[in-house]
Amino acid sequence: MDGFHDLGGFQGFGPVPHRINSLSYQPVFKQDWEHLAYSLMFIGVDQLKKFSVDEVRHAVERLDVRQHVGTEYYERYVIATATLLVETGVITQAELDEALGSPFKLANPAHSQGRPAITGRAPFAVGDRVRVRDEYVAGHIRMPAYVRGKEGVILHRTHEQWPFPDTIGHGDLSAVPQPTYHVEFKVTDLWGDAADDGRVVVDLFESYLDKVQGGHAVVP
Amino acid sequence: MSTSAPRATPSTPAERARALLQVMKNRALVPDGYIEQLTQLMEHQWNPQNGARVVAKAWTDPAFRELLLRDGTAACAQFGYTGPQGEYIVALEDTPTLKNVIVCSLCSCTNWPVLGLPPEWYKGFEFRARLVREGRTVLRELGTELPAEVQVKVWDTTAETRYLVLPVRPAGTENWSEEELQKCVTKDVLIGVALPSAG
Repeated sequence: MDGFHDLGGFQGFGPVPHRINSLSYQPVFKQDWEHLAYSLMFIGVDQLKKFSVDEVRHAVERLDVRQHVGTEYYERYVIATATLLVETGVITQAELDEALGSPFKLANPAHSQGRPAITGRAPFAVGDRVRVRDEYVAGHIRMPAYVRGKEGVILHRTHEQWPFPDTIGHGDLSAVPQPTYHVEFKVTDLWGDAADDGRVVVDLFESYLDKVQGGHAVVP
Repeated sequence: MSTSAPRATPSTPAERARALLQVMKNRALVPDGYIEQLTQLMEHQWNPQNGARVVAKAWTDPAFRELLLRDGTAACAQFGYTGPQGEYIVALEDTPTLKNVIVCSLCSCTNWPVLGLPPEWYKGFEFRARLVREGRTVLRELGTELPAEVQVKVWDTTAETRYLVLPVRPAGTENWSEEELQKCVTKDVLIGVALPSAG
């Protein structure tokens, strides 16, 4: 989903509001409600088993852009959990509105039903050159747009597999488990000379990648 | 044409969190002690001191260092530092010419059991947007100036791998105990934005 959440490379932000080693990081929660965000989320995931963490991420992505910009981090997870509990029929919008005493604004509906993984291909190997598939996915996807269509090199294939996010992120339990790959990109391949020199490694599911056959140059 | 700015909502984040809690309690969806137990884990047990212990051991025990770099999950499991958001752990080895840094550009994914919950600045739009594109500049602004020969490698946490940085052991710590070494491994060192310092 090409939403506001996909921030990698977005320009216009100021300095990161931090200086190294300036914080004790205690207490962990700065306000007395913040611990509820993950707690209520995990009740939905682990206790009620009504949705996955992938669906929580997708629900955060579905926040109206203007709401997304104006919310605090933990607030977005409260809204996502409330949205998923309503969408799965566990609670109702009316109950939320009544408990709040005003309209409880939830995330927007999904644009998509999700999609299946690509199966039946040979796995990639460490050292393979791969290209991120040039695909535009309206639903949940764990491919930041800055690597779409770009070439990189595989550093690692995971020895575990996980349900494909583009499927499970929509509550579709037919999600196929897949390994992921640590793919290294040159920063200048992503943003040319408008970037610092260096490398970025992105952890990409197998279905997001195609192998680049040896010796073929990138289309200029 | 409507160009109206978003209207201010009449409720606060705290009120919305409590409203959701109330609705879930009304429906008897909140198990006794569940929130308290998870909050205890989040506030106390998942702590960057855990990562500091792992790094200090890797600095002093070559066999453990080899295991940490080969199978980070098994190495952290020896300490009991695995769990939610820390089930597939990969340690990133800094060298004199390589500086690793961790981010989650899409949300906030962090190795909770080893590093603790992510801080506000790590989850903020600035860090998520800028680090992947201008890593060296962001590190400099944060207070870590790197020589030109040191390459910056940013790891975007986009799937299930959860990282920690294994920094270069600083000079001047040759005779330090593990306990002393742990003190120079801060949360910012484990994320990769800071270098450990013997001073």
